[in-house]
Amino acid sequence: MTAVWLIARRELGAYLRTMSGYVIAAAVLFVNGILFNAFALGSQHDRLSTEVLSQFFYFSSGTTMIASVFLSMRLLAEERQTGTMVLLASSPVREREIVLGKFASSLIFLALMTLAGSFMPLLILVNGKLSVGHVAAGYLGLLLLGSAALAIGTLGSALARSQVLAAIISGGMVVGMVIVWLLGSVTERPLNEIFLALALWGRHFPPFQAGIIHLRDVVYYLAVSYAALFISIRVLEARRWR
Amino acid sequence: MIEVHKLSKYFGERAAIREISFSIAQGEVVGFLGLNGAGKTTTLRILGCLLLPTSGTVRVDGLEVAENPYEIRRRIGFLPDTPPLYPEMTVGAYLTFAARLRQVPGRDAAARVAEAEEKTALSDMHREVIGELSHGYRQRVGVAQAIVHKPALLILDEPSAGLDPAQIIEMRNLLHGLRGEHTVLISSHFLTEISQTCDRLLVIQAGELVGQGSEDELASAMGQGGIIEAEVRGQPAGIAERLAQLSGVTRAHRRSTSEAATVFEITTSADIRPEVARMLVAAGCDLLRLEKSTSRLESIFMTLTHQPSGDRPSGERQ
Repeated sequence: MTAVWLIARRELGAYLRTMSGYVIAAAVLFVNGILFNAFALGSQHDRLSTEVLSQFFYFSSGTTMIASVFLSMRLLAEERQTGTMVLLASSPVREREIVLGKFASSLIFLALMTLAGSFMPLLILVNGKLSVGHVAAGYLGLLLLGSAALAIGTLGSALARSQVLAAIISGGMVVGMVIVWLLGSVTERPLNEIFLALALWGRHFPPFQAGIIHLRDVVYYLAVSYAALFISIRVLEARRWR
Repeated sequence: MIEVHKLSKYFGERAAIREISFSIAQGEVVGFLGLNGAGKTTTLRILGCLLLPTSGTVRVDGLEVAENPYEIRRRIGFLPDTPPLYPEMTVGAYLTFAARLRQVPGRDAAARVAEAEEKTALSDMHREVIGELSHGYRQRVGVAQAIVHKPALLILDEPSAGLDPAQIIEMRNLLHGLRGEHTVLISSHFLTEISQTCDRLLVIQAGELVGQGSEDELASAMGQGGIIEAEVRGQPAGIAERLAQLSGVTRAHRRSTSEAATVFEITTSADIRPEVARMLVAAGCDLLRLEKSTSRLESIFMTLTHQPSGDRPSGERQ
């Protein structure tokens, strides 16, 4: 467990000491700010606070998924690219500790970044009321969605030799898992139910956005994260010996 | 410490190393000598538990690499051909990270880092960011990360690669300082480097071990004694013939002559410098210089690896 924390802390330091972390955080906050101003607040002044909040979580989920792909692309691919993986590989560290440490660092960074945007829902207080439960559910949803996307990104990063390739692979997987939902809407029972249940966003995120927590959705996102991390560990184990 | 038996490694159809066997005792400093692509790095990576052997057994400290990689990694320090450095970290933070990864307890880490920095002359660089260091310093940080947890076995893959002559001498002194504390395995194609640092040499060529032993053992195994160089004042006549008659001398000839001095090159089966000195003095010569030629190792190496010795890889000797 010490090794996981060591790796996570070093990796988090790398996010904070290099430009990439700040660039991604700034871009996400900027885009979220514009979307919040243009759509969530909108031109009508008679909107309900819950509608504004729901809109905020709606587009935040999109930027979270995109940010996750970019945050996770360097995790393992960069170490392979620059040869620093040897330091970890020649140390008494297990593959799962490497993968978990890397994933944890990106999740912590994503959480910090999301927290930095929390002034937006707080702005609702200026002219309306805020349901704490709704905000908590929305943020839990963002964190769970982010965790799943980061885990998929970690897998992409474990598979690819370069960061660019990692981003392309992970982006492809995330987009693929989101649009499985479309398949669900054009197929018939029971196939459509399976597609809808598998989709990364379609059926599982909107409840959070509306302030509702279903155990089903929580389990789904945790399962996706677990599966992607598990495969990443296996990929790394297979790679280590070649 | 290390037992390698019939080790082979194939990458697809291509054999990187073929059935090599050797053993290294505790505390030995062993040089792994070979041209680029001979299989040095592959062998070291297997010993460092970074690669699985295709066949054969490799034991480090009695543990089999394929079965106990985790245990072995606790006992080794590994410097790959490119040092695995994180450019955004400071030297101190990086070495602390390396020490903690190798299970040095948190309360000892600072002392171990300071010790490693002292041995590698990096104490002044503790707060410097690695990305801003010169190549020589980075190489030293690479060595420091390998020794920071005081491993029983130290594996250094070409520690002198890309260094300038002054840095090579510093690196040689550094490696000398590591003697005694660790069993050390150094790979190199720097011939002089390795003969001065190591107790024993393993010569590898095209994936096969073509010779092993100390420099003298390798030389005598090949029926090749040393070469002695003698420089005398002036241009005395008939000396080469008299040198050739000394017992143990296989060949003696005048290598170069200038107005002031003459250099004789004497090929011998043993180190007979005292006899040569007495003979030259008795013959009335002013002896200016008498030494074993440093090119001996190179000629051994070239013979073992079937390279014509005139065709030296440029830049590989200082």
